[in-house]
Formats: sequence, structure tokens, C-alpha cells
Amino acid sequence: MQPDWIMGLLGGLLIGTAGAIMLLGNGKIMGASGIIGGLVDGSGRSDRFDRILFLAGVVLLPLVLMRFVGTPDTHVTGNLAVLVTAGLLVGLGTRIANGCTSGHGVCGISRLSLRGIVATVFYILAGGLTVVLFRHILGVI
Amino acid sequence: MRLILSFIAGALFGTGLYLSGMTDTDKVQGWLDIFGDWDPTLAFVMGGAILPMAIAWRVTRRARAPLVGGAFPVPADPEVDRRLVIGSTLFGMGWGLSGLCPGPAVASLSFGGTEGVVFLIAMLAGMFLAPGVKLRLDRASPAE
Repeated sequence: MQPDWIMGLLGGLLIGTAGAIMLLGNGKIMGASGIIGGLVDGSGRSDRFDRILFLAGVVLLPLVLMRFVGTPDTHVTGNLAVLVTAGLLVGLGTRIANGCTSGHGVCGISRLSLRGIVATVFYILAGGLTVVLFRHILGVI
Repeated sequence: MRLILSFIAGALFGTGLYLSGMTDTDKVQGWLDIFGDWDPTLAFVMGGAILPMAIAWRVTRRARAPLVGGAFPVPADPEVDRRLVIGSTLFGMGWGLSGLCPGPAVASLSFGGTEGVVFLIAMLAGMFLAPGVKLRLDRASPAE
């Protein structure tokens, strides 16, 4: 495999291309939390098949790559309390803020949206402080 | 057409997450952890993703309509409100704790084991509860 930063850049370009296809093709802003959330709370009922097919692509391609390239390590924590708390926070937070790393981060920053930039600053600051607190001070993660 | 494009975009998104290593929570937490062994990968992923999107936004200014018809999305009200700040802070806390955000959580479903499934179920529960919490937030601040 290539150095991490080259793979990161390459993967990022693919993610951005996916967003460009959604925008120029379907006229939609590609946000993972919005696509999933619309299915969960029923607000995205009118285009539910678009959402389901998008998510099917997100799951299926790594599944195919896994066969030919290999299974990457995810290093997801086994701590149940951390998993459930984090999952709830991510689900609640992204829907209250109306976006996550893809919607506010990638799609928002790329058009210099104030909301996208502010959201990104807040979730990175909160994420950084959380890692420092729980890893270096409390030693939980 | 819309369905095919959605699938292609999803497939590229999943491939990008897989190749970039963003399904590895160590890389995400390593990027957030400026006091540890800092991992710069996430910055390259963000930069790489913003580039094609910035071009796409420029194209929307000239092109009349999306390929499938309809209209380009109208940029949201630029107002920064409590919802945006509170929601993003909560999201960041969960992201830091687990190293997972919604996209990679779905993409790593096939190789994340039961832990990934537990996270995803909790995330869906959070999303289900969000509309109610939003209403409470708005009620708590009658000024808006």
C-alpha cells in the first residue's frame, strides 16, 4: 500500500467526486447523516429509494474490495458504554446540527458556507477535547 | 437515472472511505489527538474531497439544472444558530469517543464486527430522537 497520506488524498478525491455526482446529477447535497436520518425519522420518505441505493453502494463497495484487497483494521472499541454513548451523541448531534463530516465538512466548506465552517470548527474542537479528556486524563479510550 | 447516480455516488463514497483509511477509528482519533502520536491523514482526505466539490459548486453557477432535472439545492439560511452549535458539539463528542462518524459507520458495517453494529443501532436511535430534542431546544429559547 502507498503511504497513508497518498491513500487519504486519493480516497478524499473519490469522496468529493461522489459529492459532485450527487450535486450535478441529482441536485442533492451529499450528507451521510442526512441521507440516513431522513430514512429514520421519515422526513426523506419521498426519495427513500435514492437514499437506500446510496447506502447500498456505501456498504457494497467496501464489501467487494474486502475480497480483493483485504480487510482493513477498524480498531472500533469493545467498550459497550462508550459505543452506545458515542452512537447516541453522533446520531442526535448530526441531526440537530443538520449535517456531519460529509454534509457540513466536505459539501459546506467547499462552497465556503459559514454554517459548514462553524459546524466543522465545533465538532473538531469537541472531538479533540473529548479525545484528550478521555484518553490522556481519564484513560478510558 | 436518479437511482443509478445515487448508487454510483454511494459506491464511490464507500470506496473513498475504505481507501483513505477513514474506517479505521485509530486514524480518526489519531488526527483529533494533538497531544498523542498525531496522524495527519484526515486532513488530506478532507482536502482531497473538498477539491472536486468546490469545482462542482462552481459548475452549478453556470449549468442550468441538475442532470435529472429539477433545481440545484438552495444554500441554507447562513444564520449560525444554537442548533448548529449544540448539535455539532454533541456530534464531535461522540466522534472523538468512538472515532466514527455516520459515513464510515455505514461503510465499515461489513468488516466492523458486532461493535460497529452496536454503534450503528445507537446512532439510529439518536437520529430517531433528534426531532423531539430539536423542538425542546427551540422551546427553551423563545427569542428565536
